Order: sequence, then C-alpha cells, then structure tokens
Amino acid sequence: MTVLDPLRLTAVEAKRLLVEGEISAAELTKVYLDQIDAVETKVGAYILVRGDDAARYAARIDQEATAVRGALSGLPTAVKDNMVTEGTVTTCASHILHNYLPVYTATAVRKLFDEHVVMLGKTNLDEFAMGSSTENSGYHTTHNPWDLARVPGGSSGGSAAAVAAGEAIWGLGSDTGGSIRQPAALCGIVGMKPTYGAVSRYGLVAFASSLDQIGPLTRSVADCALLLHHIVGKDPADSTSVELPEEIRMPAARRLDGLRFGVPAEYLGAGVEDGVRASFEQTLRRIEELGGVCEPTTLPHTDYALSAYYIIAPAEASANLARFDGVRYGHRAAQADDLIEMYERTRGEGFGPEVKRRIMIGTYALSSGYYDAYYAQAQKVRRLVSEDFARAFEQIDVLVSPTSPTVAFPIGSRVADPLAMYMSDVCTIPVNLAGLPAISIPCGLSGGLPVGFQLMGPAFSENRLLDAAHAIEAAVGFDAAPSFRDTGAGPAAGGLERGGLCSLAEKEAVDG
Amino acid sequence: MITEADVRYVARLARLHLEPDEVGRMTGELAKILGYIDKMGELDIAHVRPLAHGLDVVNVLREDVERPSLSQHDALKNAPAVSDASFRVPRMSQR
Repeated sequence: MTVLDPLRLTAVEAKRLLVEGEISAAELTKVYLDQIDAVETKVGAYILVRGDDAARYAARIDQEATAVRGALSGLPTAVKDNMVTEGTVTTCASHILHNYLPVYTATAVRKLFDEHVVMLGKTNLDEFAMGSSTENSGYHTTHNPWDLARVPGGSSGGSAAAVAAGEAIWGLGSDTGGSIRQPAALCGIVGMKPTYGAVSRYGLVAFASSLDQIGPLTRSVADCALLLHHIVGKDPADSTSVELPEEIRMPAARRLDGLRFGVPAEYLGAGVEDGVRASFEQTLRRIEELGGVCEPTTLPHTDYALSAYYIIAPAEASANLARFDGVRYGHRAAQADDLIEMYERTRGEGFGPEVKRRIMIGTYALSSGYYDAYYAQAQKVRRLVSEDFARAFEQIDVLVSPTSPTVAFPIGSRVADPLAMYMSDVCTIPVNLAGLPAISIPCGLSGGLPVGFQLMGPAFSENRLLDAAHAIEAAVGFDAAPSFRDTGAGPAAGGLERGGLCSLAEKEAVDG
Repeated sequence: MITEADVRYVARLARLHLEPDEVGRMTGELAKILGYIDKMGELDIAHVRPLAHGLDVVNVLREDVERPSLSQHDALKNAPAVSDASFRVPRMSQR
C-alpha cells in the first residue's frame, strides 16, 4: 500500500491515487482520522469531528461503481462551522447557537457533497467569524501547528490549522476582511477569497453581507483551483451570486513573462515585521526571474480602509445578528418576564465580548444623529478604496503585498486590545471593500513561522491569480512542514471534549 | 466622546443586556475604537457618492412562480418553545 503523509499529500495527488485505484476512500479517510487522533488535542482545529460518519461514508463511496463517483469523490474535507449542514450541529462558535441543528445545507457545501467529498467535521472560528485569531471562539482557542503557543489566525483558523496539521486534505473558510487569507498565511497554506458573488452565500451564516465570501483553504494552488472550480456559480437562493465569465481552470503557468506586478507602498508601512518584509522582497525577485515586472504603485486611501471597514462590517453585523433573539432557534434565556427582556437576556447571555462590541459599534454607527458621520462617511471611503484599485489595474495586472504584516502572534498577546487585533487585517481588508479576488500563498519562513504572499486582481481575474500564484509557488518551492512544537507561552488546547461535541450529545439526548 | 449613558442607550436599541461591569469596559473600548475610526473625518469627501456594494448588481429579480420552501415542521424544529404550530414567546408587556 502507498504510504501517505497527511502533512504533504495534495488533493490533486489524492484524487489521482483514488481514480487509479491505488488507494480507497476508506484508507484515505483513515489517514486523516488517525492524524486527528494524533494531534487534535494539541491543535483544537475542530468544534465537531464526525469520525464514524466520515468512515462509513467513505466505505460507501468505495462500493459505488467508478462511473457514478463524483469529481471529488473521497477527498477528506473540513468545513468552517458558520456554514449550515443539514443534520449536523452548526454553532458559529457561539453559545447562542450551541444546539442549532440546521434543516438545510449551504450551497457551497452541498456542491461539494454532490461531488462526494467526505466531510470530516466542522472547524473552529472566531464567534460569528469576528476576529483574527480564533481566540474569540465561544468554545476553545485553536493552536497554530507551527508553534502551539501561537494563534492560527482567524477567523477561519480552524480550517487553516486543520489543513496545515494534516487533519483534512483541504477546507472551506469564509473571508469578510481577511478571514481566509490571514489564517492561511499564518499556517503556511494557500487561501483564496474569490470575487464577491462568485460563490453563493446561501447557508453561510451572515456576518457582513456585502463583504462575506466563501473560499478554499488548501495545501497547493492547484488544489485551490480544483476546490474553487466546484463551488462557484450563480445560485437562485443568493441574488448577489453571479455566473463567472469563464470557468475556473487548473493553473499551468510556469513563467510570468510580460505580467506587470504592482507593489503598493501603503502595504509595506512601519507595521510590517523585518522577517515578513525580507521574505516578501525575496519573492519579488523570484517573480522577476520568472519574467514578471515588479513596479511600485500606490493605493492612496489604504489608511482609511480599516476605519471604513470597522463601521461597515459592524453595521451590517448588527442588522444580521438581530435574528438571534431566542424565538426561532438557538439559546433562550430562562429568566424573563416579557418579550423584550427575553430578547435582551438571550443576547446578553448568548453572545461573547467581541460580538457584543461589534453589535454596539454597528448599532451606534447606524443610530440617529451618527449615521452621516459614520456609516455614510464609511460608504464614501469605500468608493475611494474601490477607485484606488480600479486606477491601479489600468497600469498593472496583479497587486502583491504581504498577507499579514506579522507572522503568527502568541496566544493572548492581542486579546486585551481590540484595536491591535483589528490591525492584523490591514493588508487584507481593502479587497473585501472593493469586492475583488485575492489569494495568499506561503513564501517562506521567518523565525520558523510561515509568511504569506498576497496576490490581488480585478473582479473575476481568478484564473490570472491562480496561474501567477502557481508559477510563484513552484519558484519559491516552500516545502516546510509544521513541527507541532510548543514554545510554551499559551494555555493548553481545548481539544475535542468541549464545544460542539457536547452540544451534539445534548441535542441527541433531547431529540432521543 | 462616547459616555456610559450612550452605551446603555445603544445597548437598549440593540436589545442587548449588558452587566454593569460590561458597560464600563465597553465604554472605554468603544471610545478607543471610534477614536481611531474618526480618522475618516480628515477626508474632505462631501462630493463622493457612497458605495454600498463591491459589484454593480441592481434589482436582481426572479420569475414570480411558486416553489417549495421550508415546511412548517422543519421551521419549528429548532424553536426553544412551540405552541400548536407557532413559536411560543413570553408576553409582550407586563399586566
């Protein structure tokens, strides 16, 4: 039997092995479930692992005739726990949804189910995807497989850590201001936020509807293209979804001849660590060796993007999260004399501190007397940020920057200062405001921790970005694997004993 | 500058119960965050048109035809309290 290393195996290679009959879906799934058994108590990537269901489903796939197997048949997949899955508890890492058992499945997830992926479980996140470290999870903090004392990034930190730790061959995340790309960067894997509308948001529990987008977290750029290919497309259930002008192709580029790369000065400010800068600049040299042209450019309103984002995203969140009121699903406060008190206590008990902060900022910004100063002003800044990109893309083909100004930071180091945490996303937020696609690929190590390289393109330039990223990936040759070392600063991992597993057990007890 | 009274007022608008110690902490945190956001005020952008959305998509309509939707049974499945075929809630106001 072929020896499979879950820290190295790509989905493209696994697909080939499955199709050629060199391995079975059951064997492949077992490799990942064994890895979960071996490292999950240290990493805490999942809120819920569906080990038995996954093994049973994989065995069933092996019984099917080859002709009826889906295109992604048997590939062990992690799903961020803010995408609803029929019959599997979906918590958004919030106590307010600790017992929520969805009655339908998110379109992006259903499309993967249609191709017979094996869902291993639901991954951890910052509560309702609000955060940059998974420390805002209502259940436990996920640990970075490269150094267990550090955060994996967020909010899709669970999916990113699962892929980096070999606890899934790939995963789905969602990105509102960097929540796919930043954890991908901090965990040394590939993460892509597609153009707004490319992937249906139906069944993605809404955080900020004009910014949210589902995308892949994978071990390689080719895997990213393969996964993206199967989740894009217009969906009648999401009226903001659109058909892509061309289908997502497998990237094949080896050279970058004639391609113009813009390096925006604003993304390389004082906050960028020396090690990150060095790795980034080295990658620029690789691009030039491949025939690409790197030139300085400017996105002058970048400094204001973070401000605009921290009005627009909380404003939309405060409206979206109004639905969690204890009436139709989730937690309901036990002690309440009337309806209003029930709402207030349910929400006070059910939401964690960061979600409360965002609801408060958003409600404040939308309230009478402050709307013009905050929300209207932020929407104007959003226009300026979007026009900055449009102007840059008249001259250049791809914008590049570090994905995160720093490598993975120690657990606990930013929790006391919300504003410092918000700064983690300074390089990733602008494209969400403009609705543009961007991908992060690993480009090196700094102090033994991965550095992410971000490529941003015009709307619907996914194939261009994937091609360029693929060529750069090959030239960089990033082949390091996480060590699961613990430099000691952080608290112990949450592991499997808490969170969704308990919720599921409780739920089943209730349902009989 | 945002005050504790503002925080209590906004919490009421948001139907969000805050404990007394949360009000104090929230006031400090919001003051700091809004202080940073106020940076936007530096820009002279009265003439700029607001942008609500990254893509130019407007008025997406579908055919007005009946389609199956969530059944009443499924819709009530997750409810904390059900009465007959309805969501059951506490009374609207004190007697």
